[in-house]
Amino acid sequence: MHALRPAADWFQRHPRLALALLLGLPLGWMVVVYLGSLGALLVQSFWSLDDYTGQVVRSFSLGSYAQLFSPANRDIVLRSAGMATAVTLAAAVLAFPLAYYMTFRASRRARLLLYLAVVIPLWSSYLVRVYAWKLILAKEGVLSWFVAHLGLDGALQAVLGLPGIGGPSLSLSSIGIFLAFLYVWLPFMILPLQAALERVPRNLLDASSDLGAAPGQTFRRVVLPLALPGVVAGSIFTFSLTLGDFVVPSVLGNSSYFIGQAVLVHQGTSGNLPLAAAFTVVPMLIMGVYLIVARRMGAFNAL
Amino acid sequence: MRSDPGTPARSSVSLKSSFPRKRESIFSRAGPTAPRGWGLTLAAAATLAFLHIPFLVILLYCFTTDDASYTFPPPGLTLEWFGAAWQRQDLWRALALSLRVGLTATAVALVLGTLAALAVYRSRFFGREAVSFLLLIPIALPGIVTGIALRSSMGMLEIPYSFWTIVIGHATFCVVVVYNNALARLRRTSGSLIEASMDLGADAFQTFRHVVLPNLGSALLAGGMLAFALSFDEIIVTTFTAGTGQQTLPIWIYSQLTRPRDRPVTNVVAVFVVAVTFLPILLAHRLSARDHD
Repeated sequence: MHALRPAADWFQRHPRLALALLLGLPLGWMVVVYLGSLGALLVQSFWSLDDYTGQVVRSFSLGSYAQLFSPANRDIVLRSAGMATAVTLAAAVLAFPLAYYMTFRASRRARLLLYLAVVIPLWSSYLVRVYAWKLILAKEGVLSWFVAHLGLDGALQAVLGLPGIGGPSLSLSSIGIFLAFLYVWLPFMILPLQAALERVPRNLLDASSDLGAAPGQTFRRVVLPLALPGVVAGSIFTFSLTLGDFVVPSVLGNSSYFIGQAVLVHQGTSGNLPLAAAFTVVPMLIMGVYLIVARRMGAFNAL
Repeated sequence: MRSDPGTPARSSVSLKSSFPRKRESIFSRAGPTAPRGWGLTLAAAATLAFLHIPFLVILLYCFTTDDASYTFPPPGLTLEWFGAAWQRQDLWRALALSLRVGLTATAVALVLGTLAALAVYRSRFFGREAVSFLLLIPIALPGIVTGIALRSSMGMLEIPYSFWTIVIGHATFCVVVVYNNALARLRRTSGSLIEASMDLGADAFQTFRHVVLPNLGSALLAGGMLAFALSFDEIIVTTFTAGTGQQTLPIWIYSQLTRPRDRPVTNVVAVFVVAVTFLPILLAHRLSARDHD
């Protein structure tokens, strides 16, 4: 009938081999290209840089990891983790009302439109969206104009004067970085949260109210616990993406580095690939632990 | 169906006196727990505004006459930056490279993602969950991890950075998008269709060609477009895998941010990028909407 028939029959009789053929290419690619590269990265993190020649020494050393604990590098790690935490918490707070509204208040049609309104920013250019914040936060930019016209200049200066999070202007401060991060990763929080709320059985809510719970109580004791896996699922993205980003802090930040920038600088200009690799292991470890905890909390079902 | 105006106003979450009966909640999808006050609507609207106002700001700045700073409101409006952008050769080169990388990476991702989805769909095997997980990690881990991992392995193997090294990086994190779309569609496809085809004498290849593939078509189109959008926009992994002088469009934009030259031209390009990705994204979600219902 046609030439492939014998081959097809043969696969029919050997399902395992057919599976291997299907899976071979994609799995091979991921294992060789991706896991192989992660392995190479790990290996290099145990190499070291010869201080005199500036050459990478290919023998086992924990030197790069030791360097991570120098005060300057430790600050970078803590700064990045702190920012990731702050962004994640703020994203959860901002995402909740919208996700809740989409699920319980909006009509079917409105829900679809709102869904698109969340998805489109998520997929449209990340770089452009970061850039938008440069325009908004610039000293002579949009936000300053509104602040000045609302007579809030004093308040803005007071906030910028705060040690640690302030700076000479919004676009050069941690607040600016925080806002941009929050903005670019927010959709990643809204979508899984909305999916989790969608799965809350309506009759549970009815049961709760029939048993005499006030709306507020039902919200706290029924909706919130059931929504938590969604928040955790969203936080995987907001946390991870913030932790490894170098674009936002270099477009908006001042001279204090985040992990992403440190990795970029060490592998690039200073040629210290082992230290860059060791730096990268930090977010990998943090995310590893994070994913395990998230799995326990049922976040993977909410993805 | 839902008759909000008809139901008695319950102004806040904590009004204990408003104790809704069950019958009521059958009709209002909201159920008895939905906070009904303006607070929720306002908060939701605020989040929505936060998500969208920045796009309007960029759009406005395309037309500003101010080319040295970011003055708001713009001192005047002009169309000259569109012409200026048109004439930038470096911009066209970056766009061409991004298109080539995006199309090639999408093609690779389509093949790999479809194969993986078919494998996971048609058989149960040890480590099936692990496959999904393995495909997901390149986008779940920070981009910088994927980027520097690829760079260090390419460095160790002394592979020169080129067009192909960019494609390898992009394809790696694009596979999951195609895979997810294809798998969702396969799970919705009824198995009886495939059985009918086999019973009527079609072999596995014919069934794939005439039954499975046409069924998958729009899901693959959706996955492909999303993969392309992902690649077209990627900067972090690209920074590590691109050779010197290889500028994709995001890298071009990034270089403009740190070394501004004709700032409004960057704004025009930014709006162009958003506009170009808007339709495919919309279309992709239309095509795959039913799969994720």
